[in-house]
Amino acid sequence: MKVGLFIPCYIDLLYPQVGIAAYTLLKKLDVNVVYPMGQTCCGQPMANSGYGHLTCETNKNFIQQFKDFEAIVAPSGSCVLHIKEHLKGENGREEDKAVHIQENIYELTEFLTDVLKIDDLKASFPHKVGFHQSCHGQRGLHLSGMSELTAAYFSKPEQLLQQVEGIELIQLDKQDECCGFGGTFCITEEAVSSKMGKDRLTDHIKNGAEYITACDMSCLMHLEGIANREKRGVKIIHIAEILNAENLNR
Amino acid sequence: MKSHASLAEQFNRDENRVDWHNETLWFVREKRDRQSHQVSDWEKLREVASKIKLNVLSNLDIYLMEFEKNALTNGIKVHWAKDAEEHNKIVLSILQDHQVKFMVKSKSMLTEECHLNDYLEKNGVEVTDTDLGERIVQLAKETPSHIVLPCIHKKKEEIGEIFHQYLNTPKGLSDPQMLTEIARQDLRKKFLQSQAALTGINFAVAETGEFVVCTNEGNADMGAHLAKVHIACMGLEKIIPKREHLGVFLRLLARSGTGQPITTYSSHFRKPRAGQEMHIVIVDNGRSEQLSKEKFRNSLKCIRCGACFNTCPVYRRSGGHSYHTAVAGPIGSILNPIRNIAAYKDLPFASTLCGSCTHVCPVQIDLHQQLYELRQEIIASGMGEPVKSFSMKILARSLSHVKKYEKLRRTMKFGYRYAPFLLKNNANPWYKHREMPEMPKESFKEWYQKNIGDGK
Repeated sequence: MKVGLFIPCYIDLLYPQVGIAAYTLLKKLDVNVVYPMGQTCCGQPMANSGYGHLTCETNKNFIQQFKDFEAIVAPSGSCVLHIKEHLKGENGREEDKAVHIQENIYELTEFLTDVLKIDDLKASFPHKVGFHQSCHGQRGLHLSGMSELTAAYFSKPEQLLQQVEGIELIQLDKQDECCGFGGTFCITEEAVSSKMGKDRLTDHIKNGAEYITACDMSCLMHLEGIANREKRGVKIIHIAEILNAENLNR
Repeated sequence: MKSHASLAEQFNRDENRVDWHNETLWFVREKRDRQSHQVSDWEKLREVASKIKLNVLSNLDIYLMEFEKNALTNGIKVHWAKDAEEHNKIVLSILQDHQVKFMVKSKSMLTEECHLNDYLEKNGVEVTDTDLGERIVQLAKETPSHIVLPCIHKKKEEIGEIFHQYLNTPKGLSDPQMLTEIARQDLRKKFLQSQAALTGINFAVAETGEFVVCTNEGNADMGAHLAKVHIACMGLEKIIPKREHLGVFLRLLARSGTGQPITTYSSHFRKPRAGQEMHIVIVDNGRSEQLSKEKFRNSLKCIRCGACFNTCPVYRRSGGHSYHTAVAGPIGSILNPIRNIAAYKDLPFASTLCGSCTHVCPVQIDLHQQLYELRQEIIASGMGEPVKSFSMKILARSLSHVKKYEKLRRTMKFGYRYAPFLLKNNANPWYKHREMPEMPKESFKEWYQKNIGDGK
């Protein structure tokens, strides 16, 4: 299977280590993965701010870059959700390609559990870790169950984290509260946004987290910004980095 | 009018209050979770409720006419109001026909929407709100901050202060039971004094022409049973087809809203008692227009339980008044802009689109999807902030092609290196409470090119 690696713009620019971890991890798992060099952004920053009409060019570029892959994988739930819900092709042919992409794009942990069906991840991360459920992955892509529903709980990312040697996943008081990032919400409503981030951090820290992880670097970027400002002493790490962390003794 | 963002910023200046407000509402949300887990097939119940409401919305004219016919047969007088103004006029004219000077009202968010109290006071009718929370905000000359818990933003000490000022209670009294008893004694006088009672309607049953009013204090009954005139006001979407459907909605309503199995009183009104007059005012006020907007029709299913308020992390941290409207929270951020896009264009942006509201909603309204769609409509009608529109255009252009994207990356890197003060200052809303992320030496793309090749 030929897999296209989609690295969202902010990860490419600010968190290359997340892209490197995702790529290395997929390679390690024998995936034929390629990073198309012409990719830019999925268009979500504009669309979520109400400027969906400005995403024609990013849509066109995205389709061009990823139309020929059997699967597309990205280490970001919210970008994947945006593509799934809002990618549009302009004429008939492009529309078909857009639909093909929408049907075959996966968030990284979803790809590992649902497509590769990984059950023995050779990774090690001997730390206390708090897992932040990013809303778009959780509620949008159904990566995990949610506390609003009465259905049985499940979690694809946690299923993988459980396979990591030495890791101790902590329990949170509010299991799936939003961190307050919300794209441009973090700018336009900075008071509420930063308060939400602060509360999220407090929940993790008071329950003993050394590291906070998530499937979305955007939530983590927001939490990291507040943690650094307030010198909270908790470390931020993307789930791809944990899943890719080698067990040196094995 | 101040925007949600600036009102929420004001609310957030008192962090302890924000924490208290947040935890109080989260307590209710947790109660709701416990209750919903006790009903087997809760999710199925939501689905059934949603389908009943969709059926109602698709056949609204038929059910409304059926309801009117049956209500008239029952001896109820039925009035139709196209907007808030007409609603207020109808209520006033009924009151004037009976020379009513004092009226008691049980909580009705529709009358809040129509600003009925102000209108009646100006026309010489004294209105007393009889729901305890609503009575407190009325004394404080405020509006409800929550559709089910109108006074949830006030601490008991503040309520004690209001009662001291208006009800002559001793200064410093903040014992909830004592305050409630004092309010109860005062309200009792109002009930006895009033010549008319107004109630809302939670569910109007088409097949029987009856209606159901849900309260926890029995105040709707006290008013309606004592007064010679009972006026009940409803938005036209409150109709349900059959009596048997009440079993679905009554089980969902209180569990979702307050975490109770059912409201303490679910009062059925079917016909006026001997010597009493009963009126129903059916109000449109933009609802039929909303029905015509396919993308947003779904939100008319709302049964006003308030669950989306309690779960919303933004509402819990910004308070109801920051929504500057009668119906706040996620559902208010849809209903208000649909009716008046210019006045409430800020509300659909007062959300992180986390989607919790959608999944807690007992009638399965796709709230966060509608908020997303409303954002598109607001920007498309040219109401975006000029600065934001400008920067979005620049951003869209920079991200449209890999060469422009590369230029954006170089500019960012250059900015980080030579002009960090442009980023790290308080005019940057990100930087106010957050450090900037570090700029790495190389991007992922550069790493890939260097270590893997260009993918060809």
